[in-house]
Amino acid sequence: MAKKSNKLFESALVKEALKQSFVKLHPKILFRNPVMFTVEIGTAVMFGVCIWIITGEKNQGSLVYNLIVTGVLFVTLLFANFAEAIAEARGKAQANSLRKTREETPAKWIQFVGEIFVNEIKIVPSSQLRKGDLFYCETGDTIPMDGEIVEGIATIDESAITGESAPVIRESGGDKSSVTGGTKVLSDHIKVRVTTDPGESFLDKMIALVEGASRQKTPNEIALTILLAGFTLVFIIVCVTLKPFGDYARTPITIAAFISLFVCLIPTTIGGLLSAIGIAGMDRALRANVITKSGKAVETAGDLDTLLLDKTGTITIGNRKATHFYPTEGVDEKSFIEACLLSSLADETPEGKSIVELTNLNRDQFQVNGAKFIVFTAETRSSGIDLPSGLRIRKGAFDSILKISAKAGNIFPTDTTEQVKIISSNGGTPLVVSENEKVLGVIELQDIIKPGIQERFERLRKMGVKTVMVTGDNPLTAKFIAEKAGVDDFIAEAKPEDKMNYIKQEQKGGKLVAMMGDGTNDAPALAQADVGVAMNSGTQAAKEAGNMVDLDNDPTKLIEIVEIGKQLLMTRGTLTTFSIANDVAKYFAIVPALFIASLPGLQSLNVMHLHSPESAILSAVIFNAIIIPMLIPLALRGVSYKPIGASALLRRNLLIYGFGGVIVPFFGIKLIDMAVSLWF
Amino acid sequence: MNTEILGVVLMFVTTILIALPLGRYIGKVYSGHHTWLDRILHPIDRIIFKFIGVNPEKEMNWKAQLSALLIINLIWFLLSMLVLMTQGVLPLNPDNNPSMTADLAFNTSISFISNTNLQHYSGETGVSYLGQLTLMLFQFISAAAGMAICAVVFIAMKEKVTDKLGNFYALFVKSITRILLPMSIVIAILLLFAGTPMTFKGKDQFVSLQGDTVNVSRGPAAAMIAIKQIGTNGGGFFGVNSAHPFENPNYFTNIVETIAILLIPIAMIFALGFMIQKKRFAWMVFGIMLLGFLLFLIPSIYLEMKGNDSIRKMGITQNLGSMEGKEVRFGPAASAYWAISTTVTSNGSVNAMHDSLTPLTGMFAMLGMMVNAFFGGVGVGFLNFYIFIIIAVFISGLMVGRTPEFMGKKIEAKEMKIAAIIALLHPFLILVGTALSSYIFAHNPTFYAGWLNNPGNHGYSEMLYEYTSSSANNGSGFEGLGDNTPWWNISCGIIMLLARFLPIIGPVAIAGILAQKKYTPESAGTLKTDTGTFGVMILAVIFIIAALSFFPALTLGPIAEYFSQHS
Repeated sequence: MAKKSNKLFESALVKEALKQSFVKLHPKILFRNPVMFTVEIGTAVMFGVCIWIITGEKNQGSLVYNLIVTGVLFVTLLFANFAEAIAEARGKAQANSLRKTREETPAKWIQFVGEIFVNEIKIVPSSQLRKGDLFYCETGDTIPMDGEIVEGIATIDESAITGESAPVIRESGGDKSSVTGGTKVLSDHIKVRVTTDPGESFLDKMIALVEGASRQKTPNEIALTILLAGFTLVFIIVCVTLKPFGDYARTPITIAAFISLFVCLIPTTIGGLLSAIGIAGMDRALRANVITKSGKAVETAGDLDTLLLDKTGTITIGNRKATHFYPTEGVDEKSFIEACLLSSLADETPEGKSIVELTNLNRDQFQVNGAKFIVFTAETRSSGIDLPSGLRIRKGAFDSILKISAKAGNIFPTDTTEQVKIISSNGGTPLVVSENEKVLGVIELQDIIKPGIQERFERLRKMGVKTVMVTGDNPLTAKFIAEKAGVDDFIAEAKPEDKMNYIKQEQKGGKLVAMMGDGTNDAPALAQADVGVAMNSGTQAAKEAGNMVDLDNDPTKLIEIVEIGKQLLMTRGTLTTFSIANDVAKYFAIVPALFIASLPGLQSLNVMHLHSPESAILSAVIFNAIIIPMLIPLALRGVSYKPIGASALLRRNLLIYGFGGVIVPFFGIKLIDMAVSLWF
Repeated sequence: MNTEILGVVLMFVTTILIALPLGRYIGKVYSGHHTWLDRILHPIDRIIFKFIGVNPEKEMNWKAQLSALLIINLIWFLLSMLVLMTQGVLPLNPDNNPSMTADLAFNTSISFISNTNLQHYSGETGVSYLGQLTLMLFQFISAAAGMAICAVVFIAMKEKVTDKLGNFYALFVKSITRILLPMSIVIAILLLFAGTPMTFKGKDQFVSLQGDTVNVSRGPAAAMIAIKQIGTNGGGFFGVNSAHPFENPNYFTNIVETIAILLIPIAMIFALGFMIQKKRFAWMVFGIMLLGFLLFLIPSIYLEMKGNDSIRKMGITQNLGSMEGKEVRFGPAASAYWAISTTVTSNGSVNAMHDSLTPLTGMFAMLGMMVNAFFGGVGVGFLNFYIFIIIAVFISGLMVGRTPEFMGKKIEAKEMKIAAIIALLHPFLILVGTALSSYIFAHNPTFYAGWLNNPGNHGYSEMLYEYTSSSANNGSGFEGLGDNTPWWNISCGIIMLLARFLPIIGPVAIAGILAQKKYTPESAGTLKTDTGTFGVMILAVIFIIAALSFFPALTLGPIAEYFSQHS
């Protein structure tokens, strides 16, 4: 992503959102939000009352007062619409900045005649590419469309999408065959098959979700809407029945007072912000470079019980590293280390390089002219070097070197056997080194656990999420790393179907499971998991199967996704509480104002000492309106999540948003009243 | 300590001490464990089941449970209508009381099958002894029905994933034979010794010192008073209920009857803890209910003992406290304790006239009925509380960032819809009923002058109280209301009917649906529902819903009256 904007209100976005605030006033659109729809009806009624007063009605209060009430209600509607519109605009801008990278790049289309591709290249605009088409990319080209490499290997700069500057390697076949439109080929050339039609990529789907065209309410949002509709109905009953109560008490109540009371009581704050919160959740996911296929997936992420994480790349830094040299008894340590270095000179694997690094010797000092390098094969399971002096150095797994030395009639030294066992049980990998079929010693390779990963797992544990490490290692090694990294469980010697079985088993116990994967053989498990995050570098099958795509290919992203999901639910819950708690103060403002004329004793209920009935009602309505824009930043950013345990979290939020929700409006309404009373 | 307050404390502590083992016993009965009464009652149960043709082993799902409940209630309703409208010519009518009019019979029948016991008649002149016995039967039946259906919800909360929730008929019969009948017998005997009549003879006569011949009503009263107290029925044998010297002769009987009001409602909570094996949860529920109860009780006792401000302004000292409408043998503290106990539990029996309570005590009595879940009616009290739990679980689940779960089951849109409707129903019935009456009265005050004994705010309170009492299935009256007219009989009848059965159907449906859902085991992220924090959340939900719905109405009634006395 080229530019990540953290500013909440950019002027261009605000302008667009302002326009949308008016467009969204259309009753057909507003009908989807029952709370705000009733406010719109109230505004329309007040508008009618104003006209009625102009035509001569005397009992509804002054025209100015009624006009102000009407105006404030109208502004309330605009504020609520603005909240939704700004969230949409931000999400759209975010998605567009991603989409922009892939617009109208020239593509080297490989022509075909019938079913046969002729190797003739024609330059076409990328928008003309269709699913199944082939195109060609070479050094310096921008990849025009999402696709899968069918031929070749290339280094690719994906910084436009991920923000990560290090180039990545993508090649045909295997799990790293996917390329994304907008990224750039740095070297070599590839032939790519287009996997999606224009307008159907994940990003396009995401944009449609944010825009609301295909945004469906999530189950949780529906349940909350029902509760809010319930509250709205209660307050309809309260306000309607107040009319005959007023008749009985011989107190005339103006229409403006009725409607003000009603609008103040119904949960307009959460009603106005509800959809903005949902959109902002997806937007936050997008900012974390995760594309979600539905809003529901983000919500489910907040509920996850179990996370399946691949060991390599997630828990440990990519590869093993050499950590110790253990010479056999009687072997000089210095010559053993030199032998280790020689054996690894030609070894380009990360393990080999780490051995050279650990020896701390300058490799240029060692003359290996005329030496013959023995490469590692799956059969011999060892590698090494034959020096012109006739020295044969081998390095390999314990059993392969054992075989070599036994064949030569040498006895395998017992202290080294012991050392091999110790290394294995400590989660390391032993590499035995021999010289002319005689054992010199053993190198210990260890997985390096990512710094900070223990803290993250600890955080997850506090959230109630169980972490499971998936690895191809043997159970002994797996157990050691699992304990060291602080994961709760592990699957050792894992085959793809093991992941699937584990997920199914957890789900049978009622748990929600997430996993991350990239390979085609991960696809069934990704589909089975409640939240399946596919890496963007992964195969098309994996991306289709999961319900999120991570553009950064960062396996630790799952942790962030869980927090985003929790934040989404929490923001809804806390603002609902705040909204309802506000009603207490509004009652104390409006109810005395309604009846004070006929029941002067009720002045004692006017605890805020509001200036006059009119100023009291106006202050309450104005407070009700301005609290919406004041809370927009919170709705968009989300309430911060702290893994302090559910009960402590409830206490904290109840105190801030519940108790705070009761107290704040008393001050807010009083302050507004002081200002309003200058005119009324 | 003041002996009056000491009496109240003693009554409450004794109630808890009896409720603890009783709750365990009730839990055992509903769990099908062996209890000491089994040896005598098993054969009787068998005869009953054989007679009605029910296999008590056959488990039912929640829909079958509800239809069983509704069908037998319909049959009882018809039977009751028949008896009350023809009692004048039926036997056991020594005082020759007339048959009821259709609207009064309608009101009375619904009143008794719905466990309300709102009485728009006076026992002495309105019903024959056969009528009284029929109504007494319904006091057993309605209480047992409420307890049985509550037991169904307990079973649903206990089972992990099932649609088999026990057999309604078996739970119902056991509620009567194992719980209500034995307890009634004990209480009736205590009352008999204190002088409460139990006879089928007609009115007694004596000649007073002035030489007047006085007719004294009597009848099979002791039995009825026992069940009206323990089954949260409240419908007394005589018109003035337990203020009558035959119903409640002395301070000792007052202790027995007051304890009986709260006993089963509290014991049901402990039974819940025993049945679902979650004692902490039950204590949390008990704690919250107790807290709510005390919030109403303490100011009420204080206000009643302090005396009436209007009377003080006249320069009259009130050493005994506010004694208007109270019995000297009980005094203000015990009367206030009864008033709050009877309103929070939906019992509705009275030992003092609620019309004469000081304004704010009157408001607390109404609030008790508006919440209707601080202990609440036998069985149904917890069902009302269950709705509040569901709403609290939902909101607090969101507040901690997790899809709400209760007892390992996810709360989703369907359950919220039911909970919202049920939470809405109570304010709807009360406010709409009061609004219609206010409207009718306000637009023709002279024609309906007979409705209200008092003008202004107090008259409004009388109407509000009547509908609150009907909707809470409480049955107590603010009196002072001319309520035996077709309007009040029919409107209250409809409200009692809806307010009884919909709040039973709702929670049972939710519990039944939840019982069938996938079970999610607890994790560190799950919000525990047996903590004090969650309890505070429930209390907040209850107060927000009650306060927000009824604040304007209460302002025009008791609050306005209070301030008018003080300004």
